Amino acid sequence: MMIETTNYYRWRKFKNRFFQFLLIMAAIAVLTPILLIVQYTFVKGAGSLNLDFFTNLPKPVGEVGGGMRHAILGTLYLVAIGAAIAVPIGIMAGIYLAEFDKKSALSRILSFAIDLLTGVPSIIVGIFAYILLVVPMKSFNAMAGGVALSIIILPIVTRATEEILKLVPDHIREAGLALGIPRWKVIFMIVVPGSFKGIFTGVMLAISRAAGETAPLLFTAFGNMYMSYRIDQPMASLPVQIYNYAISPFEDWQRQAWGGAFVLIIIVLGINLTSRAIINRNELINFFSELKKKLNSKKA
Amino acid sequence: MEQTVTQKSIKNPAPKGPDSFHLGIPFKLQDKINVWVLRTLAFAIITMLATLIVLLFKQSGEAVKEFGLWNFISTDNWNPVEDEFGGLSFLYGTTVSSLLALAIAAPVSVAIALFLNEMLPAWLGKILGLFVEMIAAIPSIVFGLWGIYYLAPFVKNTLTPMLKGSLGFLPLFQGPSFGIGMLTASLILAIMIVPTITSICREVFKTIPGHQKEAALALGATRYEMIKLAILSPSFSGIMGGVVLGFGRALGETMAVAMVIGNSTTISSSLLAPASTMASVIANEYAEADSDLHVAALCLVGIFLFVITLIINFAARSIVWHFNRKHAR
Repeated sequence: MMIETTNYYRWRKFKNRFFQFLLIMAAIAVLTPILLIVQYTFVKGAGSLNLDFFTNLPKPVGEVGGGMRHAILGTLYLVAIGAAIAVPIGIMAGIYLAEFDKKSALSRILSFAIDLLTGVPSIIVGIFAYILLVVPMKSFNAMAGGVALSIIILPIVTRATEEILKLVPDHIREAGLALGIPRWKVIFMIVVPGSFKGIFTGVMLAISRAAGETAPLLFTAFGNMYMSYRIDQPMASLPVQIYNYAISPFEDWQRQAWGGAFVLIIIVLGINLTSRAIINRNELINFFSELKKKLNSKKA
Repeated sequence: MEQTVTQKSIKNPAPKGPDSFHLGIPFKLQDKINVWVLRTLAFAIITMLATLIVLLFKQSGEAVKEFGLWNFISTDNWNPVEDEFGGLSFLYGTTVSSLLALAIAAPVSVAIALFLNEMLPAWLGKILGLFVEMIAAIPSIVFGLWGIYYLAPFVKNTLTPMLKGSLGFLPLFQGPSFGIGMLTASLILAIMIVPTITSICREVFKTIPGHQKEAALALGATRYEMIKLAILSPSFSGIMGGVVLGFGRALGETMAVAMVIGNSTTISSSLLAPASTMASVIANEYAEADSDLHVAALCLVGIFLFVITLIINFAARSIVWHFNRKHAR
């Protein structure tokens, strides 16, 4: 009897050990490819960057050299168009969802529409923009690309604004109303500025997401090989340029694709991490001071 | 007393001066205007979306008329030159690549969520958790680039001989490997959906009250038994929600898949063979499609993709929502 229990106990202990081993293996299995991607992009990408890459336009096929100036500027241009359209509308829609008509049919349908937009695959967004702007204008154009990106930015900004405004306690609104201030002023001049940091973070996260999107630009902004500022003409963008270069047979273009990927990852992760740092600033400060304490106590 | 004061302030225009927002309009009217502006905007967004969906259906109308819905999804004959289109191979490619990715990613994601929450000290878990979440922020084009130049050679030179050596008798691993193909695409997808499932799982595990875990430990449970009894079984439906959400993400993923799947329109039982998904065929052919029928067929593929992701996403959301409601009580 005694022996049996000991064996059973050993078996349970073994299962426990084995399970924890599996968890560690899973963690390694996830972290390895991520580290590989980051390492590969940084080593290959940083190695293929030079000044030409940022200042020059592409050379004709087969010639070595040239850069992606047009694509980097094109991405900024397209994202700016997208943000200019989507950010004001998105914030307004978020305010509407959080502050007005909470149980009405209109706000429920809007909420549903935003959910729907969040889940739409980005390639379908591209088709939307194609039907909306490329078909009537009969040519690929930058405006269609910007609109496609705005459809991606809109739901993220709306949800972020709504969630953040819901966190503002009601007594702040009531205090404003009790002073005889009209409701719209309470919302736009007290509630919204008070949660500006959070809304700003949501906007920046949405923009960083849009900056990395390729699929909706493939057949809207399309891409070109020269500098263009015209809104009714095709426009190059970093992701599409990387795609075109990556599947090309020329070694120098492949090198530039890696350079482009490196620049893109720096832009996207840079915006993403900075805005996260802004929203979690206090938490971050606490975190580092705790870490410092821990390290100090370990030394001592 | 109070009422009279507020009514007075509403009725009487405020004195002119520093208050430049007054504009001589009564406050009540200002609020009304504001509400109606926002309502119009909300209505405009809804109308816009509805119009887009209707236009999408209209655009694909020609293909439906030509082939018929059922015929379109039951044939795999895709020939833009002859203007003959059937979408079965893309339906197959999307389903198989996403399911395979899910089969790889789901257990791993649950495991890493447990690892981060239960095994690591809180501060280290936070750093690694942020690191995992960062994968979701990496643009999919970068995954695709890495897939072509690193993962595809790895699959061709290392993984394929390994699989053929151990499981080569299965029909799944027949034929030569070119590096690019269904298996490579599934692996990339698996890496991409891990952060989605992991972050949902971590949220779900956090809702479990500490005393529940302590109770299990106090009864003499090992850590494994505690995790099984106190964490995994009550959060099962929440985990499923995360998994289904990851599935929805895998279905719609375009660029990374388009770059490594090989873009063949034939259905092959081998995972090593090249294939196509609904998203990848749209990405590859839409810009070059010159016949109206080709565009219509691609739009029809897009509609299928749209409807399927819609259903999956709402299923996931309702699962997570039910879980949250159950645990809020």
